[in-house]
This record gives sequence, C-alpha cells and structure tokens, in this order.
Amino acid sequence: MTVNTLKRHLRESIKSLGRNGWMTFASISAVTVTLLLVGVFLIVMLNMNNFAKKIESDVEIRVHIDVTATPKDKEALKAQIEAIPEVKEITYSSKEEELKNLIKSFGEEGSSFKLFEQDNPLSDVYVVKTAKPTDTIKVAKKIETFKFAHKVKYGQGQVEKLFKTLKVARNIGLGLILGLLFTAMFLISNTIKITIFARRKEIEIMRLVGATNGFIRWPFFLEGLWLGLLGAVIPITLLLFSYYNLYTFLEPKLTNPFLQLLPFSPFAWQVAAILVALGACIGVWGSMVSVRRFLKV
Amino acid sequence: MIEMQDVYKTYPNGVMALNGINVRIKQGEFVYVVGPSGAGKSTFIKMMYREEKPTSGSIMINGVNLAKLKDSKVPLLRRHIGVVFQDFKLLPKLTVYENVAFALEVIEESPKNIKKRVMEVLDLVGLKNKARFYPDELSGGEQQRVSIARSIVNSPKIVIADEPTGNLDPDTSWGIMDLFEEINNRGTTVVMATHNREIVNSIKKRVIAIENGKIVRDEAKGEYGYDS
Ligand SMILES: Nc1ncnc2c1ncn2[C@@H]1O[C@H](COP(=O)(O)OP(=O)(O)O)[C@@H](O)[C@H]1O
Ligand SMILES: [Mg+2]
Repeated sequence: MTVNTLKRHLRESIKSLGRNGWMTFASISAVTVTLLLVGVFLIVMLNMNNFAKKIESDVEIRVHIDVTATPKDKEALKAQIEAIPEVKEITYSSKEEELKNLIKSFGEEGSSFKLFEQDNPLSDVYVVKTAKPTDTIKVAKKIETFKFAHKVKYGQGQVEKLFKTLKVARNIGLGLILGLLFTAMFLISNTIKITIFARRKEIEIMRLVGATNGFIRWPFFLEGLWLGLLGAVIPITLLLFSYYNLYTFLEPKLTNPFLQLLPFSPFAWQVAAILVALGACIGVWGSMVSVRRFLKV
Repeated sequence: MIEMQDVYKTYPNGVMALNGINVRIKQGEFVYVVGPSGAGKSTFIKMMYREEKPTSGSIMINGVNLAKLKDSKVPLLRRHIGVVFQDFKLLPKLTVYENVAFALEVIEESPKNIKKRVMEVLDLVGLKNKARFYPDELSGGEQQRVSIARSIVNSPKIVIADEPTGNLDPDTSWGIMDLFEEINNRGTTVVMATHNREIVNSIKKRVIAIENGKIVRDEAKGEYGYDS
C-alpha cells in the first residue's frame, strides 16, 4: 500500500464519520454507554478484589506447641511444617510474646493479665502462612496430625465462610461484566445492521470499479477504530474525574487497614487503558462484521 | 476481444437465463443487445464483468477466461472494464468529482494524476463546471454523464452498459448516446443492452437479439425489430 493510499483511507474514514451523521452518533453512543458501565464495574470489581486479597492474606494458622516439647522437638516440628510445599512462611512466637500481645490487645484492662507473668498459662506458637490463602484449611488439617502440635487454630468456620463469600462475589462480578459485554455487542451489531443498508451501495460500487477486498476493508476498519476511540472519550474522562475525587475524598477517612481504595495512579490510568483498548476492539469488530458479509463474491 | 463459447447460466432458483450463447465481439465494436424483458440481456452483460459466473462454457476477454478467473482476480478484471447502469449507481454523499475520482483512488493512482484525469473526463461529458455538485443536485441525464465519466476514467478497453437510457427522457437519451459514440470512436468497445427502438434504428450498429437465453439474431447495422 502506498502512502497516498493510506492517506486516502485515513481521509475517507474521517469524512465518512461526518457523512454518516446520526449513525456515527448512534454507534459512538452505544460504545459510550457500554464503556461507562464496564468502567464503573471494573473499578468496583478491582477494588473489591483488592479488599478480598488483603483479608485473605491476613488469614494465618496458629500452631500451639505442646508444653512437654523440648527445644529439639520444636525444631523437628518446625522442619516438618516447613516441608509442606504450600507453606510460605513460619514464625515462632514464645508464650511470653503471646502474653504481651494479648495484654496489648486488651488495652487498659489488659493490665489485670499481668498476674500471669509469673505463671504463664499460654503455649509457644508457630504462626504459619500459606502461599495461597485458600490452602489454609488443607495445611492446618495436615499440621494437626504432627506430633507436639497441641492445638491448630485458623479461625475454623469463619475462614471457610469468608472464602465462599469471596468466591461468590467474584463470580457474580465476572458474570455481570460478561453479560455487559454481551449486551454491548448486541447493541453495537444492531446499530451496524442499520448502517449496512446505506453501506451496501458503497461497497457494491467499490467492487464495481475494481477495488480489492483489502482496499475496501481499510476505511471501514479505521472508521470502526475511530468510533470505538471516540466512544471511549466520555467514559474515560468521567471515570478519571470521579475516581480522582472519590479517592481524594475517601482516602483520609478510610482508617481500616483492609478497607483501602486502590491509589488513583496507576490504577485509574490502567482502567482507562483497558477502556480505550475495549472501545477500539468493539468498534473495529463491529465494522468488520458489517463489511464481511458484502465481500463474499 | 470478447468471445463466448457455449455459455449456459442457470440461477440457483432453477431459472435458465442463458441457454447456449456463442458470440465474438472484436475490439472497437459497438454492439446493441436487444430482446424482450426477461430474455437474459442483463445476465449476458453480467457475464462480461464477472458479476455472475457461467454454469458452463467459456468467456474470454483479452485472453483471460472469466469462467475460471479466481475471485481474488476479479478486481483486476474490473479495472479494464467500465460499467454503466440504468440507475447510475452514484454515491449520494460524494460530489461529482469524488464519485469519479473514486475509480482511480481504488487503483492507487497518484493524486496529481487523479486530478488531471478526472477533470479531463468531466470535460468530456460536459460537467466540468458541476464538479462540486452532489448527485441529487443534478438532472437524471447529468447523473448518467457522471456515471459514464466514472466508467471511462481509467481508460478501459471495454465499456458495457445495461439500459443506460432506461430512466431518461428521449431528448436526454440522445445526448447520452452521443457520448457513447464518442467513447467508441476513441477505440473502446461498447456493449449496450437497450429497449430504445428509436436509438437502435437511427444510430445503426451491430444488433444482437436475445430471446429465452439464446441469440436469435445477430446483424451488422441491424434493426431493433420489436414493436415496443
Ligand atoms: N439473480 C437472479 N436469480 C434468479 N433468477 C434471476 C436472477 N437474475 C435474473 N434472473 C432471471 O433470469 C432471467 C433473465 O433475466 P435478465 O438477464 O435480467 O433478463 P433481461 O435483462 O433481458 O430482462 C429472468 O427470468 C430473470 O427472472
Ligand atoms: Mg435487464
């Protein structure tokens, strides 16, 4: 293809946006609505996923060591636990440290526990973390069978519930996004079906004067691209603006370490990039589908 | 040179539109194709620019057999054949100039040559001063002139026309015929399906009459031969 031809395709594709007036408007609107919804969803979903990850990664297994265990036995137990492939991290916490933490967690009233400093009823503990949070239950069950593992605690019941809830939430989110994209495709392919009638003549004439299929496709390809990109302008502007304000407004108020928004940069820019790419794909896909059926000889 | 040998065409719905056509048209000839409606004239014309493929038989145009031509080569064939229709087939949203330039852009002609060549043919068809007009701002005859300009802008050896005056009043039709004669005088083959009795009987050329998909008459300087 020559430079002149490429220029011609660019010029034609841009002129065509103007010539097709309200159809251009309808297609851009369809892309805009879709991307706006997808964008809002992505932001909500990715933030939710972020909370979930934080909560998940906080799940730990506390292995209470039998009081009769000698230092050697403790070492052996540690080695056994470390040998489990899913285990990522193991830290030792003596019963003195445990008591200190307990006293601290009770704040003012904690001082009454000071009595126990002489005769500490707690056990030494190994705190175990797995590489994947969902392996917690499996690993805990395994550790229970080891000698000198007196008690194994991982928030039985609650952890199972948490994982289940997160899984459901993620699946619902994914389902909604897929549904949305599907609706968008339907919307856009319908919009394009209407343009086909006007375009049929154009393609017929191009073929009549000896245009190759490749030549015919180019302006349509570019036009679809512009439609998709133009359709992304409003959603991106709106989402960047809103997320920036939401973030600067909420950020100082969110003190809970789990409940944190993803920082504006780079997160919002990444979402913007996804929307641009999605817009371009939807636009190109739509216009290519509409030309294809007229290129069959 | 166009040569058809034993050309048969049956449409997918079972209609047999061409029923054994044998014909030879030399370079530079002017040929009318006449016959009642439904006789197969349009199908005959469509064979020549490979809009339809024959069911059997061969169609040679300048040494290429269209019956065997690959789909991907059809665009190249069309660049050497100009086609004109009853309904003009202009793009309503392009100006006269753009409608004609279109045929050259498609073959990747340089912008400089496009401009020169388009103005030349618009001059030839007498529409140089209406280059910026849109089709709906022109009369039927003027629109047909634009479509003729487009068909000859890349200097094809053959121009085929399917009832080019079918939508025009008699006065306008004569003007269009002058154009075709002018094009023919420059050495281009013209094949024209027509229902226009007066024209065929006064501008005498070779006449091929088709009935029921067969050539029933083929005369140099022939008559229209039908009543209407
Ligand atoms: N695309 C098509 N599919 C099926 N039948 C067709 C098609 N085109 C033409 N025909 C039939 O073929 C016959 C010849 O048509 P046509 O070549 O258009 O005749 P003419 O141009 O002489 O009026 C007619 O019976 C017509 O109905
Ligand atoms: Mg016809």
